[in-house]
Amino acid sequence: MSQRIPVTELAADFRSRATTALADDQLRTNFRTAMDSLMKKRADAFPDEQEREGLRELGNRIKARALSRLPDLLEQLEAKLTENGVTVHWAETVEQANRIVHGIIEARNGRQVVKGKSMVSEEMEMNDYLARRDIECLESDMGEYIVQLDGEKPSHIIMPAIHKNARQVSRLFSEKLGEPATDDVNELIQTGRRTLRRKFMEADVGVSGVNFAIAETGTLLLVENEGNGRMSTTVPPVHIAVTGIEKVVQNLRDVVPLLSLLTRSALGQPITTYVNLISSPRKPEELDGPEEVHLVLLDNGRSGAFADAQMRQTLNCIRCGACMNHCPVYTRVGGHTYGEVYPGPIGKIITPHMAGLNQVPDHPGASSLCGACGEVCPVKIPIPQLLQRLRQENVRNPAEPQVVKGGGSKYSRTERMIWQGWQLLNTRPALYGLFLRAATRLRRLTPKNAGPWTRNHSAPVPARRSLHELADAHLRQRGDQ
Amino acid sequence: MNELFYDAAPNATRVAPERPKPRQYPDKPAEVVLFGTCVVDLFFPEAGMDAIRLLEWEGIRVHFPREQSCCGQPAWTSGYRDQAKAVARAQLEVLDRSGFPVVVPSGSCAGMLRHHYRELFADEPDTLARVNALAERTFELTEFLLRVCKVRLADQGQPRRVALHTSCSARREMDTHLHARELLGQLDNVERVDHDHESECCGFGGTFSVRMPEVSGAMVMDKTRALMDSGAVEMVTADGGCLLNINGSLEKQQQAFRGRHLASFLWERVNTRARKGAV
Repeated sequence: MSQRIPVTELAADFRSRATTALADDQLRTNFRTAMDSLMKKRADAFPDEQEREGLRELGNRIKARALSRLPDLLEQLEAKLTENGVTVHWAETVEQANRIVHGIIEARNGRQVVKGKSMVSEEMEMNDYLARRDIECLESDMGEYIVQLDGEKPSHIIMPAIHKNARQVSRLFSEKLGEPATDDVNELIQTGRRTLRRKFMEADVGVSGVNFAIAETGTLLLVENEGNGRMSTTVPPVHIAVTGIEKVVQNLRDVVPLLSLLTRSALGQPITTYVNLISSPRKPEELDGPEEVHLVLLDNGRSGAFADAQMRQTLNCIRCGACMNHCPVYTRVGGHTYGEVYPGPIGKIITPHMAGLNQVPDHPGASSLCGACGEVCPVKIPIPQLLQRLRQENVRNPAEPQVVKGGGSKYSRTERMIWQGWQLLNTRPALYGLFLRAATRLRRLTPKNAGPWTRNHSAPVPARRSLHELADAHLRQRGDQ
Repeated sequence: MNELFYDAAPNATRVAPERPKPRQYPDKPAEVVLFGTCVVDLFFPEAGMDAIRLLEWEGIRVHFPREQSCCGQPAWTSGYRDQAKAVARAQLEVLDRSGFPVVVPSGSCAGMLRHHYRELFADEPDTLARVNALAERTFELTEFLLRVCKVRLADQGQPRRVALHTSCSARREMDTHLHARELLGQLDNVERVDHDHESECCGFGGTFSVRMPEVSGAMVMDKTRALMDSGAVEMVTADGGCLLNINGSLEKQQQAFRGRHLASFLWERVNTRARKGAV
């Protein structure tokens, strides 16, 4: 797990990264413009509110049902895939998953890997792992390709390079690929395509993610819009799919509503350009397809979330990205500020069980709890509630046993004492009355500098008389009190 | 747990469980309790008084129990569950004493009473029954005026153009995002104008505003700019927290533009005797 350290170091400093991002006008414009467009696309894709809400409820129940039988479904998936000729591997940690992937590549003496988009492979930091073993791992999704070319990480789970505009991509392409500068998006995409097309042909191994793993039929479903997913999974002689254990669903019927929710919530599409259903390696009578297909099922803390009835809901996630598209915090600070693989609201609630809450101590608090994320979540994950729960876990006494990995990282005796004082004030009417009287009578003494509040606001001067006093006088006049 | 085992209909994207029904409202009661909220208590007491006046104008006898304080939300959203629970319990005692419907002039505090008390007391079955009863009789001011009192507002004021800011709690917890709009719509001489990203959070979020001042500050800057660019001469809102945030920011920016609590705005419009600032 040593390769995680630089990432988590950055994550610990959410506020300073946010400050830098907020001062970057170009970045803010890129995100605001992109997120506005995505919000509109989603809204347009769900013209009927009743249908949308019914479908979300259905999606939630399908995932809840799948999770309630998770161990059984995973076993069924493994049995069915094995029957179909797909090799299934289990990995508890990212280290194990990387070792498995490396082992498969080594067995074929592979040196070149081409990868479709996969967030789990980002979670594993697979590119770095393989690069250190002299294996080139090339991203074939256009957005992933751009961030890889620039030595960056994805800033969005669906659109990895959304933080860049066309001009910035053009500059990057002319710098790294020696291409003539152009702002024409189509031309830029053609440039990327030409480079990638050759790589598909040369690659020894193709790697992809999985959107839904269907237990009943032993099928791996992968959606994409660029065709790179189909190329990565069919052209090279070996295909390795990597995915989290929560992606398993019971049957193909379940996939229909989930798929509709996924593509409409993510990009406002009725369906993606490509929907790949992979059930086996190439059969003797077939002309195309890989000779070997492997599935690596990664846990990486997911079973920890599964064990907690409330946090289990994080495993509903189908990775559409709608929560970040609608998040007023994400829109302003961008994905890199989170310093973790999964940014935005969903990242805040799944990173703790992967990396530990102590690795992302500021994340649960980096939300106004406005609820926009929960409102749009296609599988109805109560994200604000889970953020609130993580805030509780964050202030637990670290000396006590923790429920969530790395809990208690924001514990402060001083702050606890302040809240105890606040409790006393708000449970003793006489004391509260005295406080109101003092605050209103001494309002002129309100400090001009009230810490972080007065950075953005004028000093909060109380009224001349509190509502308690005014209401009292009013009711006395009425003859009540 | 049974619902977890719900079986999806074959090949259907349109067959889905029934949605929860919208809130059913009772007839207009003779007496209510006003839960003032701590922010209104200390910073916008006139808004609380105007809420009382509006309710009395509707012929309702309003009680204001002195023992009330804060709903407990600041500790709750900060992760201090025990402290929030103690304060919530104190409010529950006070509000249970009369058993009258509770009217709250703030969306987020109403949301706390109506939804989060249930989470706080989930482990106490006896208290939970009382909490559920409280939730049933807790109303945000705008929904109470509109759906319970069924007010018909006769506008007495001069033509005025206003922007409306709806709190996230009103929008997403209380389901009252259209109520204030409808109330303003009853005023003949008031024109409500839209503002950019109207449904977006103002950045307050209680302690979020002091824990993450950089992000919160960026949000309130965008919100105030949108409000000022809307063409409105003032902003109205039914939430004390948003009002504290937005007005505090406007004052810091030395802008003349201000927001006002909806209760004060409505009272001034319907009552010819009411003058801004009069007790």
